Amino acid sequence: MSNKIKMATRNMSFYYGDFKAIEGITLEFSENQVTALIGPSGCGKSTFLRSLNRMNDIIPGTRVEGDVFLDGENIYASGMDMVEIRKRVGMVFQKPNPFPKTIFNDVAYGLRVNGVKNKSELQDRVEASLKAAAIWDEVKDRLNESALSLSGGQQQRLCIARALAIGPEVLLLDEPCSALDPIATQKIEELIRELKKNYTIIIVTHNMQQAARVSDVTAFFYMGRLIEVNKTEIMFTKPSIKQTEDYITGRFG
Amino acid sequence: MVEWGNGMESRKKRKLIEGMAFGVIRLSTVIICLALAIMLGFILVNGYKAINWTFLTEPPMDAMTKGGIFPAIVGTFYLTLGAITIAFPLGVASAIYLSEYAREGKMVRLIRIGINNLAGVPSVVFGLFGLGLFVVFLGFGSSILSGSLTLGFLILPVIIGASEEALKAVPQTYREASLALGGTRWQTIYRVVLPAALPGILTGSILGIGRAAGETAPIMFTAAAFYTTKLPSSVFDEVMALPYHIYVLATAGTHIDETRHLQYGTALVLIAFVLGINLVAIIIRTRIRRKQTY
Repeated sequence: MSNKIKMATRNMSFYYGDFKAIEGITLEFSENQVTALIGPSGCGKSTFLRSLNRMNDIIPGTRVEGDVFLDGENIYASGMDMVEIRKRVGMVFQKPNPFPKTIFNDVAYGLRVNGVKNKSELQDRVEASLKAAAIWDEVKDRLNESALSLSGGQQQRLCIARALAIGPEVLLLDEPCSALDPIATQKIEELIRELKKNYTIIIVTHNMQQAARVSDVTAFFYMGRLIEVNKTEIMFTKPSIKQTEDYITGRFG
Repeated sequence: MVEWGNGMESRKKRKLIEGMAFGVIRLSTVIICLALAIMLGFILVNGYKAINWTFLTEPPMDAMTKGGIFPAIVGTFYLTLGAITIAFPLGVASAIYLSEYAREGKMVRLIRIGINNLAGVPSVVFGLFGLGLFVVFLGFGSSILSGSLTLGFLILPVIIGASEEALKAVPQTYREASLALGGTRWQTIYRVVLPAALPGILTGSILGIGRAAGETAPIMFTAAAFYTTKLPSSVFDEVMALPYHIYVLATAGTHIDETRHLQYGTALVLIAFVLGINLVAIIIRTRIRRKQTY
């Protein structure tokens, strides 16, 4: 891994009230690589992902210990603006969640809340984002139709386009294909491989094949701890810890 | 006692109970609809004869035994408009605070108990409160302003309750999506949550409008005139109002029997007025809904 470290956590723990959901995780994410977070349900991988752009801040009674770095800067340091962080670290959720707006306004939303008013700039950036998310050809003639009229797979690519529009550096994907059929899933996976040229991508997935197909690095979580992390081809062929092997081969989880 | 697989006997019994349960439920629904139909029909049958152009456009004449109810229509319109103008922004703002900003805790529970209790206060108490605060203490006199404020407070809990429900019904995923795109909390509320909740909020407000238009006790001491031919020229003027006019004709006049048809006519106009406002609100709501899905 010769790439520059884009994001990193150091001894990060996360609490829901008194419950420690994540314990002391130290992990690095390299630029222009896809890192897959795998592990059984409830192992804390989604919670971990959501703390990388401070999305957990909206849940009352939660608390983070340890550090999360973005370009060497601690995003939980006092004085850090979480709105600013979320602009730099975009997120796509498990279920496609377009706004009940037109396709155009959906993608333009992030730009508008960040103060872009110029019409031609909006148009250019919406088009560029939809192209980057490989959905432009399917929607270019229906930009004024409801985003909800799209199929699930299209909606998810729209959500990716929406996330790309505000120019993030890191993209967090929280099981982006779990609500999609295999063909839509394949399209998203192709897109992820394409997007890593420009972004640092971290993806949570329950699908082992997906992790193997799209990621460069895989991290295995279990019961709130990081069990093992390595290059994906090594993780899936010669994992060094038995729990990892058991999980990957489907013996538990 | 539930007996499983005990042959024909228990199956018959369960079928019978099922039939009875649905029968009772169906009957209840029919009774409710019937009650409404009878009430509306009764008023319609007794009141339609009173309705004519003079009745709708002229003030009462000859000790209110003749003439029309125009001042009362205008008065109720102003009072309702005033009440909703006051209660809508206040109520929606409170609902946003409760649903989006306030952290659940003792304070919020207390506020909620307060609002629920406000909803349970008898309307005549609101009337006395309005008399004490707006009419006397603040010196607004018996006026549109005092009446609107009183009615506004009366319907506030309805609007807060409905708005809060509507805001809570907006999927959390919308909020997450907006926040993840670098929206602030206010931008999220203003641009995503509120538009999505607006149809539900309007539904609540419709109920509030109906309530405000129909109440008598709160305006008795704060706004309603027994008789006036003069139309209001400012918010500090007293007005006639439809529900109060019905009350006056039916109880306080000296020609109660003679004016019977006028009483029904006024009731009919009041019902038509409320239904009319509801209809407008429903049309607005449907339009917003349609706009949202595209």
